[in-house]
Formats: sequence, C-alpha cells, structure tokens
Amino acid sequence: MNLAFKDIRKNLGRFIMTTIGIGMLLMIVMGMAGIYRGLLEDATFLIHKIGADLWIVQQDTRGPFAELSRVPSSLVYRAQVVPGVASAREFVFHTIQREHRGALLRMSILGLSWPEDKGDWLQLVAGRPLRENHYEMVADKSLGLQLGEKLRLGKDEYTIVGITAGMVSTGGDGMAFTTLLDSQAIQFDSPAEAIRLERAARDNRGQVSEVFLQQPQLTERLALPASQIPAIAAPSLSAVLVTVKPGADLSQVKSIIESWQDVSVYTTAGQEDLLVQGIVDKARKQLFMFRVLLTIIAAIIMALIIYTLTLDKIYAIALLKLIGAPNRVILGMILQQSLLLGGLGYVVAYTVGTQLFPKFPRRVVLTNEDLIQLAIVVFVISVLSSLMGIWKALKVEPNDVLMS
Amino acid sequence: MNITSHEPHAAAESLSSTLAIETRELRKVYGEGNTEVIAMQDASVSVRQGEVVALLGPSGSGKSTFLTAIGLINPPTSGKIWIGGELVMDGPNAQTDVRAFRRKHIGFVFQKSNLIDFLNARENVQIAMELNGMSHRDASVRAMELLTSLGVGDRANHAVSMLSGGQQQRVAVARALANHPSVLLADEPTAALDSHRGRQVMELFRDVARQHNAGVIVVTHDQRTLDVFDTIYEMEDGVIHIADQSSSH
Repeated sequence: MNLAFKDIRKNLGRFIMTTIGIGMLLMIVMGMAGIYRGLLEDATFLIHKIGADLWIVQQDTRGPFAELSRVPSSLVYRAQVVPGVASAREFVFHTIQREHRGALLRMSILGLSWPEDKGDWLQLVAGRPLRENHYEMVADKSLGLQLGEKLRLGKDEYTIVGITAGMVSTGGDGMAFTTLLDSQAIQFDSPAEAIRLERAARDNRGQVSEVFLQQPQLTERLALPASQIPAIAAPSLSAVLVTVKPGADLSQVKSIIESWQDVSVYTTAGQEDLLVQGIVDKARKQLFMFRVLLTIIAAIIMALIIYTLTLDKIYAIALLKLIGAPNRVILGMILQQSLLLGGLGYVVAYTVGTQLFPKFPRRVVLTNEDLIQLAIVVFVISVLSSLMGIWKALKVEPNDVLMS
Repeated sequence: MNITSHEPHAAAESLSSTLAIETRELRKVYGEGNTEVIAMQDASVSVRQGEVVALLGPSGSGKSTFLTAIGLINPPTSGKIWIGGELVMDGPNAQTDVRAFRRKHIGFVFQKSNLIDFLNARENVQIAMELNGMSHRDASVRAMELLTSLGVGDRANHAVSMLSGGQQQRVAVARALANHPSVLLADEPTAALDSHRGRQVMELFRDVARQHNAGVIVVTHDQRTLDVFDTIYEMEDGVIHIADQSSSH
C-alpha cells in the first residue's frame, strides 16, 4: 500500500494547488535559463549564418555587434589582394527606431553586399530573397511587417519581399535586410534642410580654401551628399568580411591583416567569444543569480509545504509507529510526497512554459542540457526539502497517540 | 510486590500455564528531584496465554503507564518485562527491536478509535498486515473478513470520518487482531460503544484470547462487562493489586 498516494488522495485539492504553485516557480527558473540561451543564440546566430572566416573591424573595437565600428570602403579592395583570401565583402549593420503605422518600430538593418549576396542564406518563412538592387527589404516576422507592405525609411520607400523567422540582433531587435547601398542610405539619411545647410557651409569653406581656389571644378563635387564624396566621406562600412581560399592558412591571413595599423581582425569564433564575454556575460551572471535565488526560494517553500504536510499527519505517523511501521515506511512516505511534488511541479513548469515562452517578446530557448540540469536540481531540492519533515517524523513517539 | 492472579471466570481453570506476559517490579518515575513523580511502582503481573485480564482504577492511577510499558511504547525506569517468555525490557533498555516486536506480537485498541485518517476502514486494517509482510491481496481479503466479522464489512471502503464512533472502534479492534497478536492491549475500548456493542467487543477479546492463546489486558471502567474477564486487577497511586471480586461484581 502506498501511504504517500493515500495521503495525497485525502488532501488532493491542496496538493494540486501546491504543485501548480511550485510548478510556476520552477517555470520561472526554467525560463531564466531559457532567456540566457536565447540571448546566447541571438548573439551568435547572425555570426554563424553570415559564414565569414574573418571579420575586419575598426582598430581596437569589438566588432559591429558589440559596439560601433567604422572602416573605409576601400578596405574591401585591400583585403581582396591578401594572399589566401578568396573573397572580401562589405558589411553594414546598424539599428534604427522609426515610426510606422502610428507606432514605434525598432529594427536592426543588415546591408547585403549586392550582387554577391542577395540573402539566399536567410531563413525565409514567406516571400523571397532580394531581387533588386534598391527598395526591397526582407524583414523578420518579429517586426510585425507583412509581405508586400511598404515601409518608408528616410526619403525612400521599401517593399517587404521576404519574411524570416527567429532572426534578431544581439539586442533582441528584429532584423531587416536590404542591399548595402540601401542600408547606407537609411543610415546616413539626413533631412533636406540639413543637406542644404551642409552644402552652403562647404561652399563657404571652398571660397577661402586654397585647394578649391586653385581647382574650381572641385566645388561642383561638394554638391554631392557627404557619403558620396570620396576624399572627405566618413568611413561607411561596419566591417569587411573575408572568406579564405580552401586550404589556405587562416592564421597566416589573419596575421597579415593584423599587421595593418588601422584595423582589428577576428575569426568567427573570436567574434562569438567577444559577444558572449561582453554583451551576454553580464546577463548570464544576472540570470544565474536570479536562478540561484529562485531555486533557494523554491526549496524553502517546498520544505515548508512538506513540513506542514508532515505536521498534518503527525498523529497518523505516531500511530503507524505504534502498530510497528519501520522508519523506512514513514520516511519513504514523506520522501515520495516530496519527490512527487517536485516531479509534478517540474512537469507543470515544462508544460506551461512551453506554451507560454513563445509568447515572450524575446526568445526563450529550452535546451535538453538545461532541462536535465533543472531536473537534477529539482530532485536534489525535493530530497533536501523533505529532511525537515523527516526530522519531525523521526521525533514523534508512538506514546504521543495515547497521551493526546 | 508479587501478585498471584485471582481467577473469577470458570473457564479460566482450563487456561494454559504458559505465560503470555510477565512483569517483575516495574517502576516508572517521571521527572527528578522536587518534580519527581512515581507513576508506577513494583508492578508485577503474570498473564497466561488465553487469559483475559481487566485493569481497573481511577484516572491518573498509572493504568496507561502500565499498559504502555507492556506495549513497549513507554519504557519503565526499572523492572523487567517478558512477553511469550522472551525478555523484552530490562529496565529502560529494550532487549529486542521493539517496533518489530510490537508489529508481530502486540495489538492495541484505545479509547479513541486511533485510525489513520487518510486511509479508509479496510486500508486501516490492511496496513497492519502489509507492514507485517503479508501480500496486498491477502491482507485485503483478511481485512474484509475481520471487518465483516465485526459487523462493519459494509463500511469497509468508507473514509474514517464517515464512520460513527462505534464503527471506528470496531475497525480499530479489527486492526488490533489483524496479525494474530500474542498480546492484546486495550485502553477503554468500549468507551464509545453502547452496552450491547461494548459487551460484544469484550467477548470478542475473550474469544481471541482463547482461540489464539493470546494474553489480553483491558483497561476499563465498564462494570457491566467484568464477568467476561478471567482476572481483575486494580491500580491506585501507581500500585497494582488484585481486585476485591465481591465489590467489583
């Protein structure tokens, strides 16, 4: 006869409510691990997908995902001629926040190096990759944009031609993909008035500059947008992505580029490490602290519940001792209830969590490793939390039945 | 003090000469110094196999202390206890695994029903047998037989809280008898029963004693059923002695 089940049968309502409560608490612990995994996957997802061997970024910066990086467009050509390099392409990445349909729309824009890269590697759930050099955009479904929808950014209007799933930046913002030129146009878009003022200022500077006085035709070039004036344009790429030839020595290519004084270079693994150690690490530590706290709280609550359940049946325990029940029967009853509480709580946590987590604004990724780890933790706290009840049960004397 | 048991019941003549219970100079002292209370002193009693003994006495006289000492629940401060010829207590020191011994050899019935509230009537009887190693199925069958024989078979699957006081007491009796105990100890078992049921239970104890050669000690205040007993003891201020049968009857 299983005494644990018999006791639960009598207090079924309370046991169910308690299990749900413990389950919710464990769900939060589970979710914390899932949020961390989500952060980690989001942070490294793009790096994996883009598939470059080397990332050339602004000197002493940590790359476009970790901080602002600016490198000149000419860097692509320098990289292409390094021995062992198969290809070098431009990479532009930036985050914008604009108003669309009366609401704020925050997105991270990644410029694809047209025509080599049309976004064929994107995980499309609807539509197609880019087919035109301008005014087309592939957007992640987390942005809430529909296929065929028009989106005005700056002075131009972009049509959503493809929808991806699960493509978010390290900050959790949905990604949008355009051609490199379009992404630069969006990034460096200035109001008409600002452009007029800048031109006038340049014109004024040209009136007094010896260079312009000697070469008046240069003044005409000053009328172009700043980003299109080679001599004075600001660095307009976030990074240059390098793919090495099959069989080429990656470390040798890296060391050649590293010898340049104006850039830093990372392998894909290095770029990942930088992200994990930089952006994600603090979040990981924070989430870990919360997980530890919540696990302790869950253990305390479980211990109190098991203790209370034991107190409720202390008379029955004394009676069991009186009729000769060995300690293992009584301890087994308490331990089984504790394990059942923990086990069912875990099932509740998993069942509710898997339904609820996809509705969270950021990705919550439940990995087998984390689930097994939590299951072990739940087992341990179930055993530990039963100790107080077991201690109380061991102290009860059968004589208490007669004296009560 | 060594008491020679008196035998008012005619059938007692045919009792076994083997002792089911023997106590020698049992003494129980609670507290010490100024707070010392002697709850039982020099209690020496012999109960033969098949003998049914009544223990009378006012509240606080030490009856329960004596009963719990024999039941291996509350060890005496000094003295010895033999059950079935085996020395089980030597002073406060147990000479055996008392819990296992209780499970196999001693049945208890108390004034309150003392049933486990999260088990139904049948399970309350069944658990005693399962703890003693009987299979779930056999224990269930025997529990039903016992409950039926005590007139509560139709309430077997009811929760304890759904039974009347008398029904609960009969379930407790069934549990006490479940493992064919060699010693049956009852503390006012008929207090919650009407006189008819009370007599039935006392007679049941006598039958169990006779059929299973069990020694039975019943603490009771019910003067109407004293004729059922083979021997009657009285206890007062911790001292046990044979009752004056003319006043008892």
